[in-house]
Amino acid sequence: MIPELGNFALALGCCLALAQGFIGIYGAWRRDSRLMAATPGLAIGQFLALAASAAALAWAATHDDFSVLNIVQNSAAAKPLLYKITGTWGNHEGSILLWGLVLAICGAAVALAGGNLPTALRARVLGVLGGTSCGFLLFALTTSNPFARIWPPAADGQGMNPLLQDPGLAFHPPILYTGYVGFAVPFAFAVAALLEGRIDAAWGRWVRPWALVSWCFLTCGIALGSWWAYYELGWGGYWFWDPVENASLMPWLTGTALVHSAIVVEKRESLKIWTVLLAIGTFSLSLSGTFLVRSGILNSVHAFASDPARGIFILALLALVIGGSLLLFALRAPRLASGGIFAPISREGAIVLNNILLCSICAVVVVGTMYPPFCDLLLGEKISVGAPFFNAAVLPLAIPVFAAMAVGPLLPWKRARLWPVVQHAWWAALIAVVIAGACSIGMKILPALAFGLSAWLILGSFAEVVERTLLFRAPVASSFRRARGLPVAVLGAAIAHAGMGVTVAGLAGASLSTQKIVSAKVGDSFQSGGYEWTLMRLEDVDGPNYSSRMATIYVKQDGVPLTLMYPSRRTFPLQHQTTYDVAISTNFLRDLYAVLGEERDGAAVLRLHVNVLAPWIWLGAGFMALGGALSLADRRLRVGAPSRARVAVPA
Amino acid sequence: MLAPLGLAAAAGLAFWKMLDRMAAGKFDPHALDNPLVGKQVPDFSLTGLGKAKGFGAADLKQAAAAKPVLVNFYASWCIPCAEEADILASLAAEGIPIWAVAYKDTEAASGEFLNRYGNPYARIANDAAGRVAIDWGVYGVPESFLIDRSGIVRWHLAGPLTEDSVRSELRPALRAIA
Amino acid sequence: MKMNGGLGPEAPSCAARFRVTGAGRAPGLLLVLLLSGPAFAVADPKEMLPDPQQEARAEAIGSQLRCLVCQNESIEDSNADMAKDLRAIVRQRVVAGTTDQQVIDWMVARYGNFVRLKPPLMLSTALLWATPALGLLLGGLAAWWGRRRAVEQGGPAPLTAAEQARLRELTGAE
Repeated sequence: MIPELGNFALALGCCLALAQGFIGIYGAWRRDSRLMAATPGLAIGQFLALAASAAALAWAATHDDFSVLNIVQNSAAAKPLLYKITGTWGNHEGSILLWGLVLAICGAAVALAGGNLPTALRARVLGVLGGTSCGFLLFALTTSNPFARIWPPAADGQGMNPLLQDPGLAFHPPILYTGYVGFAVPFAFAVAALLEGRIDAAWGRWVRPWALVSWCFLTCGIALGSWWAYYELGWGGYWFWDPVENASLMPWLTGTALVHSAIVVEKRESLKIWTVLLAIGTFSLSLSGTFLVRSGILNSVHAFASDPARGIFILALLALVIGGSLLLFALRAPRLASGGIFAPISREGAIVLNNILLCSICAVVVVGTMYPPFCDLLLGEKISVGAPFFNAAVLPLAIPVFAAMAVGPLLPWKRARLWPVVQHAWWAALIAVVIAGACSIGMKILPALAFGLSAWLILGSFAEVVERTLLFRAPVASSFRRARGLPVAVLGAAIAHAGMGVTVAGLAGASLSTQKIVSAKVGDSFQSGGYEWTLMRLEDVDGPNYSSRMATIYVKQDGVPLTLMYPSRRTFPLQHQTTYDVAISTNFLRDLYAVLGEERDGAAVLRLHVNVLAPWIWLGAGFMALGGALSLADRRLRVGAPSRARVAVPA
Repeated sequence: MLAPLGLAAAAGLAFWKMLDRMAAGKFDPHALDNPLVGKQVPDFSLTGLGKAKGFGAADLKQAAAAKPVLVNFYASWCIPCAEEADILASLAAEGIPIWAVAYKDTEAASGEFLNRYGNPYARIANDAAGRVAIDWGVYGVPESFLIDRSGIVRWHLAGPLTEDSVRSELRPALRAIA
Repeated sequence: MKMNGGLGPEAPSCAARFRVTGAGRAPGLLLVLLLSGPAFAVADPKEMLPDPQQEARAEAIGSQLRCLVCQNESIEDSNADMAKDLRAIVRQRVVAGTTDQQVIDWMVARYGNFVRLKPPLMLSTALLWATPALGLLLGGLAAWWGRRRAVEQGGPAPLTAAEQARLRELTGAE
């Protein structure tokens, strides 16, 4: 009964979304204030319906309703409760429902928080969101219904992939999807602006917080995913340039560009056409990424190649959403007035450079990911494009981004000279060069360069803060007073940029990492990476739905006891699958990373890594998201815009 | 301003074409081309598996000069190999010589497999280490190669033979070199 | 496409992946190798070359070569039976003293350019390799065009009194 209610709620949500889409666009077109006033209610209604639907699916999962096909295929009675709930979005049908739910949450948030938006703009934004949502809910209802029943009911489920039974991965999809789907709001704003035919600073001010929130979530989502790969897959890798990863990187790159170019719209009323295109492009890449990855075209693990019909539906939907918005762009964008002129060397100029480079990187990722099937189709040649290509092609574009990132915020708007910047940041550059030089003695050129860039990024990012607080030049108390008066956004930008530097250092740390693979009997000791590793014990331990073989490794450094590590190997009988549970001991400067492999003749294969600076990769991502969140908290973003809204767009 | 739309449209069209051809079974993004097609069979020499007679490149070329030979890489532990057994049997019954390379197999397991699914093979070479298979560009079993009178690989299929692939690919290839 | 069973006698991790994908049970998550069994490459210490320099060279070559039965994994990262064989061959040839390029050519002769994770520059990959430069070029052109358009429209339009008031409001206290 509950699954039927869920199905009904899903259908109801779809209808409400359709109404929201139609009434929003038509009402704003007709300037019918009664119709326009109805859209927020519809958006909230759609959210409630989809929340009920998701709750129904979670109910079916927790109550082991094995008459629901989706539950049979992805759950099992013995599965821990947490994973029964999180497992609802760990499969195709459930993840589509989650998509719809997050989109509805975005719509409801605009409805609730957008009280100060001009009525027509809000109606159009909600209309675009509703229309998009309707399309995807229709996709769920017709081709991927999570509530489909089977008869007779199964006695037990088939269980989910054991690799998914992990807290990091359980919460990865909602965070990532919020990032992806959140970009629907800037997209809706862009389409609404094109419909209205005007964009001004206020528009930039409304769009930026939404773009920033999505960007923070996407950053966290990607970081969480890569961290999961690091500790769960068991060979110390964290980024593989797999199509699925690339799909999340593409909107992150253009989203980063969007977050920056929206500042220019807001402050200088410039780059308007470009920003609109970025907003459309980012959401288009989110959509194409999530959905085309599943069409079976890409050589990825996630292909559901078995069903090209689903692919056709998705493609038609994408054509409607992306094609429609780009057509509107082609028709309307030429009419948008361009804004202030700026010199090539200026804050705007730096942001344009950042945008060009980020979008070029994105182009490399897109083309590299799509090239094999296109090459096959058009030229009949089978080629592969993997990590070595992406590393080679992305690096020359990424280095100038890192180099320019620290300088950009130091440049004044409109017209700037480089000399004052040099005066402010020479010390950071000097330290960076010294670090790079020192590193180049014992290292290869690339890691040395990376460490130098990382120092440059971290120090240079705070150059503006140092400058504005007169740190080291004025008394500490006065610097502190100035620091408190500093706009939070300045601090946020500095932290986010420095976070990138931290990540770069973490990536470069790989060059210092060591690993050793040994065949060990109980009692054996090994030297690796400056540590002494001793295998103390091998034992059997039972888990809730798996059995496990656990090793105890005793780690000493220079004879001083350091830690005990417990890597294990888990066997899931239901899925006939084995996973490796990595043991990681970190002090934030390095990870000790131990994996227990197969056992043969009483000896176990152990993989022992010392991953230098590895935690910094994700720490840096955390700083980036934190910086973004701080910028959001800036009162200049929260206040101001509403009061001028009514002047800006007389509705 | 039309450029983004144009790009998106071109990409969309190509995707549609791919999905369309995938649905029709004409496009498999996961399939692999074998560079051996159109080239001489690589040099190798293998002993027989069990009582069966083994062969090398020279034996193969000699036999193919008289009549084109179908070379089939198989293994007893491979499920799709059992699926193609009937088709291989009917091809052998037509008089097409089929020579096998047993990939990473043992005499006992292979014997049981052939007892169960029939033995269509004129000769069975034992590639226990799987190294000859690599020289042939084999990346899994079963794979089949058609060798023409001059010892050149004319046709290749990765995966089990099916009625469909025999009708639409193998027979035209056989006719072409007859 | 060969599914389960066609990959190796000791059902490697990749086979499990094919099986699950083939059954249409791909989860909707957006993460790499989600379905891959944890690849545990070079699982056997005996596989590694005793000379660390040679081993490093072999690893560098191997990471350029695609595991044919896997999805986007190099032979160094994969636990598949096939990848193990190819790893062994790379190591044998490194010990025999062949150059990196010769090892790669040896693989390409057997498996085509598909085996290279970094495709060579040829006519069919020209567009791929040109992408970074093209991106910069197009971006530069767009920036130049936008600037010219702004200049042609007469630069910053003279602000009306109302707009100036708004501007003051927007820029706030700064």
